[in-house]
Amino acid sequence: MDKILVGLKRVVDYNVRIRVKTDGSGVETDGVKMSINPFDEIALEEALRIRERGEASEVVVFSIGPSDAQQQLRTGLAMGADRAILVEAADAVDPLSAAKVITKLIEAESPELVILGKQAIDNDNNQTGQMVAALWDRPQATFASKVELADGKATVTREVDAGLETIEVDLPAVVTTDLRLNEPRYVKLPDIMKAKKKPLDTTPIADFGVAPDDAFEVSEYAPPPQRSKGVMVEDTAALVAALKDKGLI
Amino acid sequence: MASILIVAEHANGALNPATAKCVDCARGIDGADIHVLVLADSPDAIAAEAAALEGVGKVLTVADAAFAAPLAAALAPQVVATASGYDYVFGPSTTFGKDLMPRVAALLGVNQLSDVMEVVDARTFKRPIYAGNAITTVRVRDGYTVVATVRAASYKAVGSQDAAPIESAEAAGGTPAHTRFVSVQTGDSDRPDLQTAARVISGGRALGSADNFEIIYDLADSVGAAVGASRAAVDAGYVPNELQVGQTGKIIAPELYVAIGISGAIQHLTGIKDAGTIVAINKDEDAPIFEVADIGLVGDLFKVIPEIKSALG
Ligand SMILES: Cc1cc2nc3c(=O)[nH]c(=O)nc-3n(C[C@H](O)[C@H](O)[C@H](O)COP(=O)(O)OP(=O)(O)OC[C@H]3O[C@@H](n4cnc5c(N)ncnc54)[C@H](O)[C@@H]3O)c2cc1C
Ligand SMILES: Nc1ncnc2c1ncn2[C@@H]1O[C@H](COP(=O)(O)O)[C@@H](O)[C@H]1O
Repeated sequence: MDKILVGLKRVVDYNVRIRVKTDGSGVETDGVKMSINPFDEIALEEALRIRERGEASEVVVFSIGPSDAQQQLRTGLAMGADRAILVEAADAVDPLSAAKVITKLIEAESPELVILGKQAIDNDNNQTGQMVAALWDRPQATFASKVELADGKATVTREVDAGLETIEVDLPAVVTTDLRLNEPRYVKLPDIMKAKKKPLDTTPIADFGVAPDDAFEVSEYAPPPQRSKGVMVEDTAALVAALKDKGLI
Repeated sequence: MASILIVAEHANGALNPATAKCVDCARGIDGADIHVLVLADSPDAIAAEAAALEGVGKVLTVADAAFAAPLAAALAPQVVATASGYDYVFGPSTTFGKDLMPRVAALLGVNQLSDVMEVVDARTFKRPIYAGNAITTVRVRDGYTVVATVRAASYKAVGSQDAAPIESAEAAGGTPAHTRFVSVQTGDSDRPDLQTAARVISGGRALGSADNFEIIYDLADSVGAAVGASRAAVDAGYVPNELQVGQTGKIIAPELYVAIGISGAIQHLTGIKDAGTIVAINKDEDAPIFEVADIGLVGDLFKVIPEIKSALG
């Protein structure tokens, strides 16, 4: 296989405690640690392993986002990606527009495999990969926990509510990653130095001719309803009594 | 009048309970005419179940061998064909709906509203973001088809009614050959289903091994509960993936949730926010799980569980 295309979205790090701004206009992001979306790190790790097995020759990472997303792309290059593309967009991009941009990248790059995360942990949309597959009119294998490539096909094990489903798709195809697909490698210092020399091209989103979709208007961000603090019981007998009291057992 | 098409989820010839919750959500839209679409190799029994859901005006079916397995690439073109003329297209926020509905949305040229948890009015909805750490109120401008997945834990299953009419819809045909179902491996269990059980008992990393996890199954069986787990317990191989509760596992709303040896990471808590009563058993009194627990007990699970068992008799 020639090429694998991997999406790296810049999101608030998963360890950050999210706070809604007091005026309800959004979520606090000033001075907050930003990282590669965890599912996307897994996507990149999978692509690198495929290349290292000799089953692909090039791994290209892209991000659609602010110029600061270069940091995440540099991390991706340090992990081992060959080349990076930043589609620069000052404002947040909705999934359909992201999918349209990705479809244009696919036209330009002709990858045989596109690996994305199953969801971005900021908006939890879980839709971009499926949309890319629809617009590209190609197969999708979402929520992957195992990917095997042979003879122009991918056999993918998917984490579904019932258990594990296996499907077979013809390449090219879109795969979205679940957490158990792999454990991403750590970046080593020399790799960070090497990554500085790898190509990172920037193109403004306007060049893609994709108009942002304005169908959704978010009028308010609110913190979730808080559960009130409960009681601590001393021992098992008190626990069982409390549950019987509430008619729960 | 607003017309809503709900894509039914089903397996082994039976309707998935999440479909009835989509109907409950759809009923929140005033004056909605609710239709359910059943795509299956043999849809009749499933359609009959859907027709009996309170609030359903009509059931549409398409029988096709290509729909025997729930492949999004096969189902999406049919959903899109049937959806023309509808104002809303809903599916459950299960792995089935999450896989299928965005493909439908893209073919209809719209974004999807993921995980709807509340209908504010006909064009305004609430949905969680950041693992449930923020709730957004989203208005969908007029003129756009609302394609949404419904967060089942936010809704109750509707009751039953005299059967609504069942009709076959026009088959779209042209199923792509590029995607093929191979197999599905499910934990064959006689235990209650995690997503619908009234009681759930979950174990975490603290269990230490698959063998030790047996005490969770045993306790669950003695109170008729379903079994759940944290991601750490699944990753370590103590239990299969379908038991994972949380942001990337199942979002559940049982009357009773018991977390045993689970620290209470934010990604886990996302999955249990709507539980009636949360009980936590953890040997660390500072474990974050105690911040959300209605009843907490500090103790060693290997001592506490046998004690509970004997107290239950
Ligand atoms: C993107 C992303 C998504 C994620 N999605 C999920 C998800 O869907 N679900 C999920 O659960 N996690 C998820 N996680 C992982 C999550 O962050 C935590 O790592 C995980 O929930 C921890 O599992 P745990 O509580 O079992 O383990 P730990 O955090 O290790 O906690 C074990 C607990 O057991 C207690 N303990 C130890 N021994 C005993 C004993 N003998 N008796 C009693 N108590 C004892 C300890 O005090 C500790 O509190 C996700 C993470 C990421 C990054
Ligand atoms: N702005 C973006 N830049 C790069 N990749 C993205 C972007 N938005 C979405 N993706 C990819 O699509 C996946 C799913 O995103 P979402 O549908 O927003 O939950 C992410 O995990 C990324 O791999």
